[in-house]
Amino acid sequence: MTRVVIRLPAVLAEAAGLTGGQREVEVELAPGATVGQVLDAVADGRPRLAWRLRDETGTLRRYVNVFVGDDDVRSAGGLATPVADGDVVTVLPSVAGG
Amino acid sequence: MTIAVAVGTKKGLWLARSRAAGEWSVQGPRLAMREVPALAFLPSPASEVPRLLAGVRSEHWGPTVANSPDLGETWEETEQAAIRFPAEDRAALERIWQIQPDPARPDVVWAGCEPTSLWRSTDAGRSFTLVRGLWDHPHRERWQPGAGGAAVHTVVTDPADPDRVLVAMSTGGVYATEDGGDTWQPRNAGISAGFLPDPEPVFGQCVHKVAADAIGPQRLYAQNHGGVYRSDDAAMHWVSIAAGLPADFGFTVLADPDRPGTACVIPLVSDGYRMPPDGRLRVHRTEDGGESWKEVGAGLPDRFWNAVLRDAACVLSPAPGQPSFLVLGTRDGCVYASADEGDSMVQVAAHLPDVLCVRAAVLP
Repeated sequence: MTRVVIRLPAVLAEAAGLTGGQREVEVELAPGATVGQVLDAVADGRPRLAWRLRDETGTLRRYVNVFVGDDDVRSAGGLATPVADGDVVTVLPSVAGG
Repeated sequence: MTIAVAVGTKKGLWLARSRAAGEWSVQGPRLAMREVPALAFLPSPASEVPRLLAGVRSEHWGPTVANSPDLGETWEETEQAAIRFPAEDRAALERIWQIQPDPARPDVVWAGCEPTSLWRSTDAGRSFTLVRGLWDHPHRERWQPGAGGAAVHTVVTDPADPDRVLVAMSTGGVYATEDGGDTWQPRNAGISAGFLPDPEPVFGQCVHKVAADAIGPQRLYAQNHGGVYRSDDAAMHWVSIAAGLPADFGFTVLADPDRPGTACVIPLVSDGYRMPPDGRLRVHRTEDGGESWKEVGAGLPDRFWNAVLRDAACVLSPAPGQPSFLVLGTRDGCVYASADEGDSMVQVAAHLPDVLCVRAAVLP
């Protein structure tokens, strides 16, 4: 199995139903899993989180950044970027707005 | 009588209340750092505080409809986004531009959205269904985005016939249905499109706002992207009523809900010069269906180099026979209100973010 920890910003942790300052969710996936499958797993049963991360077409929202370790997935394979056992996937709002 | 004014801005919502004539208190921000381009108070019995619906959009986390039972103190949002395209449409909601309750049916609410689409709720705005007849319209691929995006920004309902609905979109123009949304026909005859080779196409106009006269939506007023018009036959034909105005450009048009023939516009010089003539922010009002216009708005600024957006003004009839109440908000974050339909205006708020939408209601 591939165990991956996802770190969420406070606003998304609340949408994910996490309490007590908890910001992390661990998911278990089959070997060869992708970032998209990590997001599927963490959003499963958490609709309030799901639509804030990705729009109806499944596209990552424009100003949501996802990192595997220190690497922005937009500079790698996007949602098809592979993850490995022990990886930490961090979701952060990008610099946007005025 | 207490009037509540909800002010949607680029960075949240403020709620103003008149404590007495000309005296206002303002609370906010609520929904901070979320854009609020659409607002509506739901119709309610006079003894109840009306529920407030807000089309909200986070730059990061996307758009939805939030609703508040207590004038913005607390907000309820559904688990799923209230408006979302079915997967097979391969489209994503960008922004909610208009929320329009159906005056005859309390649980029915319409939403005009970007990308150009119309949505209908039958549960008082908690969830919406795409109006297929408009989404699948053969003209859709030729509706082009205006500067703000491609959207249905105006919904006009008919209190006498729930199957008759009119929308306006930029660009695309005016469309109407007489069968509850199954089929839609363009209704732009007489409206110009100076930005197209054909100056009067069947569709493709950039109609900025449409308002229904107090007699009902058989008489309509339109502020076009150049041109102000009236229709006396439910948008089948339009005639220019711009004579007498200092300019025919602008974003909003308001109709007095209590006085037939009475409507207001807020002129800007032109498409290429989107500021009021001579920098004087003023309301221009007709009381004869556009045959003549009178400048009103004492108290509005004289050196104003900005604009009032299409939904950043509203008019409310507090009670039949009483003068109507007019509110407008500016892109430089000021809100002005009038208890005599624009004759005299007082500043309600200043230094807010860009005002995108204002709506008013009488509180119990």
